[in-house]
Amino acid sequence: MDMMKRVPIAEQAPEERAKNFKEVCLGYTEEEARAEASRCLNCKNPRCVAGCPVSINIPAFLQQVIAGQEAKAAGIIAESSALPAVCGRVCPQETQCEGVCIRGIKGEPVAIGKLERYVADWAREHKLEPENHSEKNGQRVAVIGAGPAGLTCAGDLAKLGYEVKIFEALHEPGGVLVYGIPEFRLPKDTVVAHEVENVKKLGVEIETNTIVGKSVSVDDLLDKEGYDAVFIGSGAGLPMFMHIPGETASGVFSANEFLTRNNLMKAFREDYDTPIFAGKRAVVVGGGNVAMDAARTALRLGAETHIVYRRSEAELPARAEEVHHAKEEGVIFDLLTNPVEILQDENGWVRGVRVIHMELGEPDQSGRRRPVEIPGSEEEISADTVIMALGTSPNPLLSSTTEGLETNRKGCLIADEKTGKTTREGVFAGGDAVIGAATVILAMGAGKQAARGIDEYLRAKRA
Amino acid sequence: VKIDRYGERIPLTICDYDREKGTVLIVFQVVGASSYRMAELNEGDFFEDVVGPLGCPSELTKKTPEELRKMNILFVAGGVGTAPVYPQVKWLKEQGVTADVVQGAKNKDLVILEDEMRAVCGEHLYITTDDGSYGFHGLVTAKVEELVEKEGKRYDLCVAIGPMIMMKFVAMLTEKLGIPTVASMNPIMVDGTGMCGACRLIVGDEVKFACVDGPEFDAHKIDFDQAMKRARMYASEEGREYLREKEGKTHHGGCGNCGGQQ
Repeated sequence: MDMMKRVPIAEQAPEERAKNFKEVCLGYTEEEARAEASRCLNCKNPRCVAGCPVSINIPAFLQQVIAGQEAKAAGIIAESSALPAVCGRVCPQETQCEGVCIRGIKGEPVAIGKLERYVADWAREHKLEPENHSEKNGQRVAVIGAGPAGLTCAGDLAKLGYEVKIFEALHEPGGVLVYGIPEFRLPKDTVVAHEVENVKKLGVEIETNTIVGKSVSVDDLLDKEGYDAVFIGSGAGLPMFMHIPGETASGVFSANEFLTRNNLMKAFREDYDTPIFAGKRAVVVGGGNVAMDAARTALRLGAETHIVYRRSEAELPARAEEVHHAKEEGVIFDLLTNPVEILQDENGWVRGVRVIHMELGEPDQSGRRRPVEIPGSEEEISADTVIMALGTSPNPLLSSTTEGLETNRKGCLIADEKTGKTTREGVFAGGDAVIGAATVILAMGAGKQAARGIDEYLRAKRA
Repeated sequence: VKIDRYGERIPLTICDYDREKGTVLIVFQVVGASSYRMAELNEGDFFEDVVGPLGCPSELTKKTPEELRKMNILFVAGGVGTAPVYPQVKWLKEQGVTADVVQGAKNKDLVILEDEMRAVCGEHLYITTDDGSYGFHGLVTAKVEELVEKEGKRYDLCVAIGPMIMMKFVAMLTEKLGIPTVASMNPIMVDGTGMCGACRLIVGDEVKFACVDGPEFDAHKIDFDQAMKRARMYASEEGREYLREKEGKTHHGGCGNCGGQQ
């Protein structure tokens, strides 16, 4: 075997998977995993560990995979991560652990994500259960939001002996893992539900259908309900729109709505009540992972699907793997194109989008070349569905209903990077609620750090 | 609420509550597949999920009893919209204010909560039916016009809750009569917490999310036509589902629910 190249992984064929919601990537077999793990050079100063936001001891777990000791490998990962089956699937490894792997300099980096997934899936299939041997310390922590940040923070705190309860607004825990990321990247009933169960097995209680700020306030949790600290991991769920004419037409969705209907409410399935409409031709506006997810979902619902993005392919913020998958499945990319108006018919339905073509000018503050409109290049493209995937920002509900909780100009909570401390005593925060829409693993990292910060704060209180 | 794991999330107004018993009252009308399923539930059955309270409380709750007592308030309730009007009229009564209520229904059989409403506004309740089978014969707007123009009533505020088409015509009338008016909007909702924008409306020059910014808005600024078009977005889908169950292949539109007549 060529040690410079990674062991290929089985995937559903593009023409087949474009018609179903089953997982695209089928995962490594035992032999494949062992062969791929053997490519690890077992570095003394492993750069991959530094590249992982939760610092998983990567070479150590890979050595266990080589030795056929999957249970031990799972134990090593569990020391750092509560959601390995999720992260192995959705982390942008190319900019994290795999991006700095030594193997990647001359050849392809070790497929760390796929191997993490292999170990986590093995653990699930072999019913390996997490254990919590800590003694209760008598202090209680409330966690707001059951997304990756909240689940991680809660799991870590439970392992430190705290009594932890998560309050979740939706009817199912998981946050973006259940409503945002589609089945074909992250199966819900098997993978996500199982990892949530594992967090519960550590002793964490989860109360769904509870909107902190409406059903109960942060002040109530601290003053009346006797919680010693609160962690806010409420994410960035407020969708942005372009503020162009026609945006309230029927057939225009935020990606959040489109994906929530399909993923959380399972609108793609006949036996669920929630309807969805993808039309004959769908236009998805945006170039991030959410745009790819929305486009690939619309495609699976039967629409010819276009991605409209104002910059060029090189600037697409989505993961390369997702862009590649989308293209293979038949998503059409209309690059250097930006909508200026959504056109409606006499019934208020979308009938098309007026777009203008762009060219790239000088780099802007973000370092990316700024797209500039080409005068006179407007044209109409027909469509019956438009999905806006322009990003999201934090919901102002918590900051507006909690005394002393401050936000920055973008509505993000102000919190200390290392400890998660907010401007309100006893209240900590992390994940998208603090940094704006980012990645699952960064939210987990923030949840971990905040758990440490909360532990420090409450230890001092105990003493 | 969401009935079970297969159910969709649908928005319903809290019509009454009892803190001691820890209960809330909701009233719903069978208009489609989910409400049809809900009507099949019996005492002792449960909704898998209930989330709330959601939305902004009525602006009236921000006023002092003294301020409220100085106001003449008119409620216009249409059909099942009577249910969300009732708690507001009841609350005002507790503040020492009796509001006028014009309550409209298609016919006598569809008049709901009459006794409850009468208990909190007495002779200030005016019931109208479209077909004249009970109370005033005609639309709610005709009754409102009569109260103002013939009986010389003066109102400082009108609150309209009912089908969008009714709220639109109430808004057009009160604009003419110079009465500030609030409408409680009922667009399609999914999460109800502000994360998706399914419920967005145009109010003045702005896009608002009814679930977090509303549901109550200045009725004279709402783009009702746009809102009504959006509300029909899934009309055929919902109607087909319900009618498949009820009437099989025999249904060809015209029921007012399925959008088949459009």
